Amino acid sequence: MSMLAEPIVSNPKAPLSRLNPVTKLAMAMLITLPLLVAGDIVTPSIVLGAELLAVAAFGVRWRVFVRRLWLVFLMTGSVFVTSLLLTDQRGGTVLFDLGIIVVTTQSILVSATIAVRLLAIALPGVLAFASTDPTEFADALVQHLRTSPRFTFGALAAFRLLPVLADEWRTLVMARRARGIEAGRSPIRRIRLLSSAVFTLLVCAIRRGIRLATAMESRGFTATATRTLARPQPLRPADGLAILATVALVAGATTVSIALGTWRVILW
Amino acid sequence: MRIRARGWRFRYAGRSEWAVRDLDLDIEPGERVLLAGPSGAGKSTLLTAIAGLLDPDQAGETAGSLTVGGEPPAAVRHRIGLVFQDPETQLVMARCGDDVAFGLENLGVPTDVIWPRVDAALDLTGFPYGRDHPTGRLSGGEKQRLVLSGVMALDPDLLLLDEPTANLDPEGAALVREAVDRALAATGAGLLVVDHRVDDWLPLVNRVIVLDQGGSLLADGEPTQIYQSYADALQAAGVWLPGSSGPVRRASKPAGPTVLFAEDLTYTYPGHTDRPPAVSDIRLELQANQALAITGPNGSGKSTLALLLAGLLPPTSGRVDVTNVPDIGSADTPAARLSRRRRPLHRLPARQLVRMIGTVFQDPEHQFLTQRVYDELALGPRVMGRSPDEVSRIVDELLQRLHLSHLADANPFTLSGGEKRRLSVATALATGPAILLLDEPTFGQDLRTWLELIELLAELRDAGHAIGFVSHDPQFVAALADRTVELKAGRLVA
Amino acid sequence: MSSDTDSSSGASQSPDPTSTGSPSSRTVRSGTRWRTVDIVVAAVVGIAFGVVFAAWNALWAATGPTFNAFPPAQAFMYGMWLVPGVLGGLLIRKPGAAVFTELVAALASVFFSPGFPPHVIALYGLLEGLGAEVAFAAMRYRSWRLPAALLAGLGAGLVPAILDNILYNAAWAASWMLTYAVLVVVSSIVMAGLGSFALVRALARTGVLAPFASGREQSAS
Repeated sequence: MSMLAEPIVSNPKAPLSRLNPVTKLAMAMLITLPLLVAGDIVTPSIVLGAELLAVAAFGVRWRVFVRRLWLVFLMTGSVFVTSLLLTDQRGGTVLFDLGIIVVTTQSILVSATIAVRLLAIALPGVLAFASTDPTEFADALVQHLRTSPRFTFGALAAFRLLPVLADEWRTLVMARRARGIEAGRSPIRRIRLLSSAVFTLLVCAIRRGIRLATAMESRGFTATATRTLARPQPLRPADGLAILATVALVAGATTVSIALGTWRVILW
Repeated sequence: MRIRARGWRFRYAGRSEWAVRDLDLDIEPGERVLLAGPSGAGKSTLLTAIAGLLDPDQAGETAGSLTVGGEPPAAVRHRIGLVFQDPETQLVMARCGDDVAFGLENLGVPTDVIWPRVDAALDLTGFPYGRDHPTGRLSGGEKQRLVLSGVMALDPDLLLLDEPTANLDPEGAALVREAVDRALAATGAGLLVVDHRVDDWLPLVNRVIVLDQGGSLLADGEPTQIYQSYADALQAAGVWLPGSSGPVRRASKPAGPTVLFAEDLTYTYPGHTDRPPAVSDIRLELQANQALAITGPNGSGKSTLALLLAGLLPPTSGRVDVTNVPDIGSADTPAARLSRRRRPLHRLPARQLVRMIGTVFQDPEHQFLTQRVYDELALGPRVMGRSPDEVSRIVDELLQRLHLSHLADANPFTLSGGEKRRLSVATALATGPAILLLDEPTFGQDLRTWLELIELLAELRDAGHAIGFVSHDPQFVAALADRTVELKAGRLVA
Repeated sequence: MSSDTDSSSGASQSPDPTSTGSPSSRTVRSGTRWRTVDIVVAAVVGIAFGVVFAAWNALWAATGPTFNAFPPAQAFMYGMWLVPGVLGGLLIRKPGAAVFTELVAALASVFFSPGFPPHVIALYGLLEGLGAEVAFAAMRYRSWRLPAALLAGLGAGLVPAILDNILYNAAWAASWMLTYAVLVVVSSIVMAGLGSFALVRALARTGVLAPFASGREQSAS
């Protein structure tokens, strides 16, 4: 069955890893939103190139990174193929014609655009995630984005139960086999098994949540008028620089694309 | 801080019965009190009220007065520390130090003061690991000690413990009690502990208060005196008395043929190939008319072994096989039987497995599949393909035998702890298996259910079943087991 | 028979002018202030769904890669991903519940899908939750019955129906994009709307929702 994603990977001393989590989040968002709008292939390609250079700066272990990258490639590849099959932009030279499946230079270009764009959007997020610890992230949200401590740390406390609930799920599936219910080969049986397990998991999860809430309250969780932080993470000049660099990158890429006359809005 | 109650009563919203009634109580600062009583006696309610945590939303009516340190409990919440039963749902953060710091952050303690206090609190309870140790990798007993550290870091005047060792194995429980003792000795805080294992807490307390089933005061005074004067009433109320041991039920017939055997059984969890296997080279036999106990310290692989024996986990190497067991209602031609024999247990379809082995999990709720007790019992026979008449016959018989008839229409999740346990055993029996495997059947149960289980399992054993159970409860093992095997680090101890 | 009347909690509870005296129409109101238990249970429900999503993926991966790789077919099951938001709203019954629960579920699912862009998943979670939230807000957080649930399913479903077409399907022919959108929305109304509604009722019957208004309402709602 599924396994939890591997533990945080990167070298904590690498310059980009030491950035504040909110900075990394902002960088990912600053890249995503303009790229969502752009519909050409030049803009995301430039951004993607710069990102690949940044991979070294994050100090991510290459072997693990390639493994994760492989999944991103898989997703991107599947998007590429589906676009090829379902697009109606089939101008240019026909390279391949099997009746239903028609591949032309334009359809390849269009599909590649979507794929590259997706990759350029995905990478910063994967990198940020690989180099950030959830507790640090929660601290940063509360400290710099002024999110409500009750909600942020409430959610963080719930996150701690993620492996516990995952184990519970495995137990639930085994317990069902012990009662004579299993997935077998029929999809209907599978759905019944799944929905029964989902229900019980929710019951158990809610019970745990109620107990956790009581425990948190008994340690003063609601008295948060003046809550302090045990792990303060001040913003540093490097954070500001990183943001500026990201803005410059995206603006630059867009400018180059406009200058080349290739820039267009998506779907037009 | 002094706890004072005068005529205090409390009733939850929507209920007709009072959880606690007419309580008159005086507890001096620094006193160490054990609060005992049967399940449902309102002990947890009283504790929650003293801690000032009764949810105004869910609350019902109160009458009389309850003050702590002269004020309503909610006003002095920050001076009271509370430790609950389930270690898993009291930890908040992923790293030990952060968890202890959590309470300090909540109370607005300045950042530069936080970490010294964290270290002091970890020291106080003798916590064996450092600040950055992941909380997910702690044992139950270690988790409770960490919770205690987090609570003591807030420097409470009063420590409330609600069955803190109920979910722990004996070693973990002992370590927790030791940690409590250290913490109290160092700070002079008062103690109010709810537990029904009285023996264990006697060295730490100087006063015992007993509530009865209806939530009224039954006895209050010095421990040994109480146990002498009220012994009978206490026992009837389901309180464990010091020095008492349960009944002993040995097999009344000689052991029957072997029905389940394991050979060279080894299991390594996927992804844990860098560590030694959870279970190695196990050779084991289960016989009819016998109860086999599987014991061992925390993490010794007992539960893994139980799952392997039940055919729910595929062994990494070795085999588990069932023999000499009639397969009721399935094709019984020699060829069919032969093909079943050749298939290892974990590969058998669930429908066949269920006819031979009934497995009872540690948490009964994990095995509930329907919305009604009746349907829960009917499910097994239906899966096996029995006729409706047979199904209702089987269900009615089980309902009676396990005293669940009055609950036939209830939702399984709404049952009490003991009722859920009985229901989970009943559902395992509904398919008529010859073998019954149980994982920690007495986990979190009170005395009454504990005794019921002994009688029930002894009866089943003497009726011809083969019983295998995993337990860290030494008294339960002593009461029921005809044979015992011990596991240590995944291997059988000779 | 409902033994509970307008139980109110928290500071900001205004009298409910719409409640009549008859038991069958009496709703149990919860205040608008979030208690700790509301926050933590919403979060834990979100986490639980993170686990469920992973299991859901594993389950369908076994039915064969072709089914998986053909997105319009995947659209049939899309509703599953939108359940947490609607369920959270119906369960907690406070403003923001849908957004919070769906967002937490999205963040939890990141842990099980290494390689999927976390910030995109988070963004989706936020917006999908908002879709459901808008529906509950349109009902002024007063009605938690089936119509509200279906509307929330619709609201939540519209988000991926549009976003997916922009992000992943941008090169498709318009007819395929439309088919996809319709399938997603329908799946959402059924699974996230109707499904969540049935789920909350079943959960209430187990007694586990006792601290919540959704668990105390005994009349048909």
